[in-house]
Amino acid sequence: MILLLQDSGSFAFPNVDWGGLSPLLVMAGVPLVFLTVWSLTSHIAPRRTPSVVAVLAGIGTIVAAAIQWGRVSGDDVPGFSTVASAYSVDGFSMLLTMLIAAAVTLTALFAHDYLEREDINSAEFFVLLMLSASGGIVMAGANDLIVLFLGLEVLSIAVYILAASHMRRAESQEAGIKYFILGAFASAFLLYGIALMYGATGSTNLVHISEWSAKLSQDGDTGLLYGGMALLLVGLGFKVAAVPFHSWTPDVYHGAPSPTVSFMASAVKVAGFAGLLRVFNLTLGADALADDWAPMIFVLAVLSMIYGTVVGVVQDNVKRMLAYSSISHAGFILVGAEAASDDGMTAALYYLAAYTFIAIGSFAVISVASPKGDDAHSLADYKGLASRKPALALAFTILLLAQAGVPFTTGFLGKFFVIGASIQSENYLLAIVAMLAAVVGAFLYLRIVLAMYSTGDEADAAVTGTEPIPWTAALTIGITVAFTVFFGVFADLLVDLVGDAVPQLVRETAAG
Amino acid sequence: MSAVLAANVGFPLLPVLVLLPAFGALAVALIPSTRADLARTIALITTIMTAALGIYLLWNFETADGTFQNLSEQSWISSLGISWLAGVDGISLWLIVLTVLLFPITIFAVIPEHSPKPYYAWLLILQTGCLGVFVALDLFMFFVFFEIVLVPMYFLIANWGHGNRHYAAMKFFIYTMLGSALMLVGMLSLVWLHAKAPGNELTFDIRELAASDAVGTNAARWIFLSFAVAFAVKVPIFPLHTWLPDAHTEAPTAGSVILAGVMLKLGTYGFLRFGLYLFPEASHYFAPVFLTLGVIGIIYGAIVATMQKDLKRLVAYSSVAHLGFIVLGTFSLNSEGITGGILQMVNHGVSTGALFLLVGWIYERRHTREIAKLGGLQKVAPIMAAMFTVVMLSSIGLPGLNGFVGEYLILVGAFVAHRWWAVAAAVGVILASLYLLWAYQRVFHGPIDEENAETKDLNIREIAIMVPFIAAIVFMGVYPKPVIDRMEPAVDALVLHIQDNVEGFDEPVNEGRKGGGWAEVQAINEAAHADDEHADDEHAEDDE
Repeated sequence: MILLLQDSGSFAFPNVDWGGLSPLLVMAGVPLVFLTVWSLTSHIAPRRTPSVVAVLAGIGTIVAAAIQWGRVSGDDVPGFSTVASAYSVDGFSMLLTMLIAAAVTLTALFAHDYLEREDINSAEFFVLLMLSASGGIVMAGANDLIVLFLGLEVLSIAVYILAASHMRRAESQEAGIKYFILGAFASAFLLYGIALMYGATGSTNLVHISEWSAKLSQDGDTGLLYGGMALLLVGLGFKVAAVPFHSWTPDVYHGAPSPTVSFMASAVKVAGFAGLLRVFNLTLGADALADDWAPMIFVLAVLSMIYGTVVGVVQDNVKRMLAYSSISHAGFILVGAEAASDDGMTAALYYLAAYTFIAIGSFAVISVASPKGDDAHSLADYKGLASRKPALALAFTILLLAQAGVPFTTGFLGKFFVIGASIQSENYLLAIVAMLAAVVGAFLYLRIVLAMYSTGDEADAAVTGTEPIPWTAALTIGITVAFTVFFGVFADLLVDLVGDAVPQLVRETAAG
Repeated sequence: MSAVLAANVGFPLLPVLVLLPAFGALAVALIPSTRADLARTIALITTIMTAALGIYLLWNFETADGTFQNLSEQSWISSLGISWLAGVDGISLWLIVLTVLLFPITIFAVIPEHSPKPYYAWLLILQTGCLGVFVALDLFMFFVFFEIVLVPMYFLIANWGHGNRHYAAMKFFIYTMLGSALMLVGMLSLVWLHAKAPGNELTFDIRELAASDAVGTNAARWIFLSFAVAFAVKVPIFPLHTWLPDAHTEAPTAGSVILAGVMLKLGTYGFLRFGLYLFPEASHYFAPVFLTLGVIGIIYGAIVATMQKDLKRLVAYSSVAHLGFIVLGTFSLNSEGITGGILQMVNHGVSTGALFLLVGWIYERRHTREIAKLGGLQKVAPIMAAMFTVVMLSSIGLPGLNGFVGEYLILVGAFVAHRWWAVAAAVGVILASLYLLWAYQRVFHGPIDEENAETKDLNIREIAIMVPFIAAIVFMGVYPKPVIDRMEPAVDALVLHIQDNVEGFDEPVNEGRKGGGWAEVQAINEAAHADDEHADDEHAEDDE
């Protein structure tokens, strides 16, 4: 306390590299400005404006992040941190920023027509979407546990509202409340974990913690550190929906409006994993410590993969099935994290990039499949979809097969890389469990495919796919399918890109 | 001469061969649904062009060369040393030829009951997948093609199949995927163990992996098992065969023909290329297990086939028995056995493919496959009966027809290596004639009832389709030399590779006469062929 007071006495404005923060500034600034402008012009501007603004903000963020990545990928500036070592600008944070921004772009693209159909269209949805994403971007670059927490809260609070944004559906309200209460608990765990980390290491800055842990001797007092690691894992595990912190997922995915779910399955997961990978794999990546936390992640990974697929198989609601499948995907990404190696981290990042697009595409299909009300999602409702909307069914089939890990899709390569990383770390058991879970998972996805391609009276009576598909959703689905297949075949492009996303832990430098 | 030309021009024969059907599938998918009739034309043109390329490949094949020919390489995922690496040798050559010929014939022979567009698109993708497996010399490339074939076949069964098709399709997909799930783990383990040894780079090139001694005996045995399970499911080897009868029976005719003709060979080919070649020591170590399972498959498949009430299911179980023979030959680990095994792969593709077509035509006419409801068909459909006879005799292994050559070589090889297994397997030959002849008798002979009396005989188109099958059956039965000549160098190289890598293992040969089985076959053939022609004549008279 005295230390803090002393610091504040000599407070100096930290050196800020505005260029490095530009992606964040775009994503956080646009919604704030837009909200003001919109309140004055909403009666004259076209109704589609908020959606267009969000799409443009997403694209702008991607461009800004690409520019910054170009800056740090050269040899001159290998990545740096800014704002008093609070925020890192490196390949890792820029790749994840681009993924989160892509999630905003694609979700905003198809959300407008969905919200119009459901009669709940308002600018707030898009503003919250962007604000939430800005929280995710903060998490992607957080170089300090407090900043991580800040990003997590900005991300989460906006998503609590988004989950409850379907005002006329009780399930949506339930989803919002459920996610809020459990999420608040998770945040508390995370904060407590940060406190314990601070107690153990004397700092919340990741660089300090990393340096401290590198010097850690075998017999040092690490009780507080272990407690801190465990609680951090609870908080982050909740965000990525890993078992046993997953129990909110099926209900929230089921109840929340489909565009929100699309954003949760992609951007929120990316942000959660950004924190998890940076804290565990990077900061606490020293071999002695990795031996302590890797077993915890091992258990989470195995439980998530098995629980997600096995329980997912017996569901009869497509949205719930995909909720469980997202749990199992979190397990697969954890397999990469568990390897505690550079290849493992690259594999996890690749999987995240692949899954982001697959998840958005899948939920975009779901958003247009059901007619007004967004609740015709039982397997029986999807019967005969292929005869009513052959292209939609084919696109969904490709996305589902990609999730199952069929070759020539990014989904297959993601599984291939995480399992490769696991084997490289000589963790054969985890690799075998992962592959067996993938087979059970295939059963889950094929059940949906079979329903879509079935014929008969029941199929003729089903209501999905009876309404025309808006062009925005068609474009979203087209982009995600093209991404999934193109990079599945021409793999090198995306693999090299992700391979360049080297995370770095550096103190603030005089860069820029 | 033309081979030199091709090499100079640098025409990428194998990539084009593999990818042409995929582009055909894309073309089929892009035609508007108002012109769905074009789908069949495009599919036929594409497969015929592929067949022409396949024949060109065969034409330019260097007979005496036991190494990989027509190599093409293109980096794919450079950071992991994964590349598109394709090549052909005597082992894969005939399977490629079988594949490129069987597809156009099947497409010509069978017209789908509904939605032709996706049907032809899936068939073409299936062809790309099968060809990709046969040319792959890179483990990753092999795996992706090995897996991708599941998808088109799944849709062919689920959308155009009969009866309990959804169940059969799902069982087929999950069963085979379960097999290959462990193979992926084994494959990655192999690659990384290889890369960990000093001086080695990360590579998926099977030639380098086969030459490497970085993987310890024990690890190699485990990895071999993970591969073997995948192939055993695909073959299928008893007791992993239970998906096969369902998938074959419920699949549409074209699906059954391709499934039996080409896709089952992915497993037996996998054993040769990725089992014996990559893990010679482990293959030798586990050979008794697979020989035993092969023999069990022969006997079990035959007995179960005998008891079937459904004609298509009977043919499906006969595949279990035939594939048992191939496994027996492969794990004899000598030239005769392996040559016989490869030959039998081609033979099985031809004769079982033809059988499934015939059964499909019977079903089209009678709308049943139940043996009890059929009978006396020979009286109204003599040509069909004659065709069925020849194909059936080939399947039984009558001397003078192709089945005999393969089975004989396999039995010779197995006898030299493991005498009693060969004796037990020989019983299977007798059982084969039991179930097939009995089925033939019940379907084509006996009194004819009113319903069966309406059955039409084969039309010109169907006869034209059967002619190439019959020609291949007779040609390969009478003069298999050109076929075997092209296999032998590659097979000898493989056997030599096993000998080099397994301590104290010498190829079990028949008193030092390497390849001696073949001369005997010729002698028997010449004697038998006279009888056979005579039998055919007699049969023709019967028909009239």
